Amino acid sequence: MAGKIRSITNPRLKLEILRPEDVRRIHSATLDVIESVGVRFPSPLALDIWEEHGAAVDRDTMVVRVPGAMIEEALRRAPPAYTLAARDPAQDLPLDGNHVYVGTDGCGVEVLDLATGLRRRSCLQDVADIARLADALEEIAFNWVPVSAQDCPAESRGVHELRALWRNSTKHAQTESIYSGREARAGVEMAAAIAGGREALRKRPILSIMECTASPLGQDGGSLEAALVGAEAGLPVGFMTMASCGSTGPATLAGNLVVGNAEVISALALVELAYPGAPVFYAAAQTAMDLRTGAYSGGGPEDFLFGAASNVLSDFYNVPLSMGSFATGAKEPNWQAGIENSLSTLMASLVMSDMLLGVGLLHGSRIWSYEQMLMDCEIFDIVCQVMSGMVVDEETLALDAIRAVGPGGNFLKQRHTKEHIRDLWVPRLLDRRPYEVWEARRDGARDWARTRAQELLSTYHPQPLDPALDEELGRIIAAVEASEVSR
Amino acid sequence: MSEELFQVMAQSIVDGDVDLAKNLAEQAIGQDIDPLEAINRGFVVGVNYVGEQFARGDMFLPDLVLAGEAMKAAVAALEPEMARRGTERTMLGKVVLGTVQGDIHEIGKTLVGTMLSASGFQVYDLGVDVPTDKFVAKAREVGADIVGLSALLTTTMLRQKDVIEALARAGLRPKVKVMVGGAPVTASWAAEIGADGHSEDAIGAVGVAKNLVGA
Repeated sequence: MAGKIRSITNPRLKLEILRPEDVRRIHSATLDVIESVGVRFPSPLALDIWEEHGAAVDRDTMVVRVPGAMIEEALRRAPPAYTLAARDPAQDLPLDGNHVYVGTDGCGVEVLDLATGLRRRSCLQDVADIARLADALEEIAFNWVPVSAQDCPAESRGVHELRALWRNSTKHAQTESIYSGREARAGVEMAAAIAGGREALRKRPILSIMECTASPLGQDGGSLEAALVGAEAGLPVGFMTMASCGSTGPATLAGNLVVGNAEVISALALVELAYPGAPVFYAAAQTAMDLRTGAYSGGGPEDFLFGAASNVLSDFYNVPLSMGSFATGAKEPNWQAGIENSLSTLMASLVMSDMLLGVGLLHGSRIWSYEQMLMDCEIFDIVCQVMSGMVVDEETLALDAIRAVGPGGNFLKQRHTKEHIRDLWVPRLLDRRPYEVWEARRDGARDWARTRAQELLSTYHPQPLDPALDEELGRIIAAVEASEVSR
Repeated sequence: MSEELFQVMAQSIVDGDVDLAKNLAEQAIGQDIDPLEAINRGFVVGVNYVGEQFARGDMFLPDLVLAGEAMKAAVAALEPEMARRGTERTMLGKVVLGTVQGDIHEIGKTLVGTMLSASGFQVYDLGVDVPTDKFVAKAREVGADIVGLSALLTTTMLRQKDVIEALARAGLRPKVKVMVGGAPVTASWAAEIGADGHSEDAIGAVGVAKNLVGA
């Protein structure tokens, strides 16, 4: 029942963006920063762990300074490869350095309504609908919580969102919307219920957790605690830096990498100190700020460069990478969205980033568009095809066919052509029709994307959750809400 | 002679040279120049130039911020002399600023503070993770015209509503205006919670604040 998943594998293209000595310098500079400038860890629990292991901890400022050797030793414990499990094992995702997978994005606050086209606030039903659509699309390998369920109470929103993902898709769930120890514990309980127990969950983690750092050189307290809860249960956890040139990082690209790198590897090291061997991942969505407003731009040459550079760093540390590659700053599915999402995805794919985020969001990951989701899937499809490169062998050199056609003529009726024509790419949304056909209808990618989304949403049925399981998830959510009331 | 000094003062702002601006301010005091003159004919000219260049896209946010820092330094150096002479700079209004409780994100809020300060507002920045009642207490204490609230998470954004309600319960509304901002904050959210203004960025925030005080 569960559909197959498209990924990039065995690539024929590669990109060199940082030389080995560049990476070493960035790494040295990062260790220097962590050791002499420090990183802020605003969580008593995290500070305890650092102190226990001998790092210099300032309880007043909550800044930790850690010797480089401790960071390096901790990171060596991180497993270089592991699998993100799905409710359906056929949809498991091995993060082995030889796969590029795409997921949805998060966390938006508004939705371009599929029926009316109007912009409105996001709600739980959107989380459910998007997960169901993602379940139907082979380009989507894993589900993020794409928009905030703003009609759910703040203190239990994260777990309502998780349940919506699991009710509507069998694919792996990765959440960026759980940033308290409380909700993380509930999330682990829910995942364990679905996986068949805590040990089963540890062997097959159907949930992973991503947390954002607080640039420059800081973390968020609740996020640290949530990550530690996840790691204890064996869930893959990752930390994402969004340090951006000029505002939360230096204006120069290498310096911005250093700041982001210091945030991420210090957090990953903390997790490894607490739970040696815990599966962790590096995550990044660095960019240059908008020069006028200081805002996160979500596109542009710097964005594309960072999209590739981060994976070179994560390879150096031998951990998987999650890259915020899509996520355009465009306000609607237009030219800008096309450029930004294509170039960022291509760059991130050329270096084989393990997880790419996030189809479907506009305006710096704030507004969900079903049309954009489908259009982003087409972009990934194109990139997959490009990454398979060109094979040069006797069959592809096609000398027999060339001799048969000779000067003039064409290859249309050659046997060789019939045999290989289906290797060529077929667009779903790019318009290659004759001009008059377009002129008569004046329709295009956005319309076809919308239609496809509507069709899928009205006909596709995901594998439902076992009713007993669904009830158990409800019980866990209710317990979270009850505990909040009694606080 | 003063004319030359005023030009150098303006340039120090344009160059964002904090130390030079402070030194020139002290020089002005030493030369018995009226501090308000130094501000209005010297330093503010630089602020206005940077503002114009910024509007044309020839200068950028860091230029603006550095100019703001230099302006702050110059004004701080001149304040004792203004107090001694009994003169006061006309401020556009008083703004209490902070990131709401449970949220530690600060760069946007800090940027708004710098822009407001450079534009002639008196800013009281309470920092991050500010409890609701602290906003109310400070607003009352300083006689605030505006309270500015920042939040980056959809969950902490809800506290913006709490602050507005608390200000109302304290009898400070509608006199005290409230502006809200932060990545998840939309115009419709601002309207829904009864905020008086909203901006997606710090530059826009200055315009909103000026409108709210009728400047």
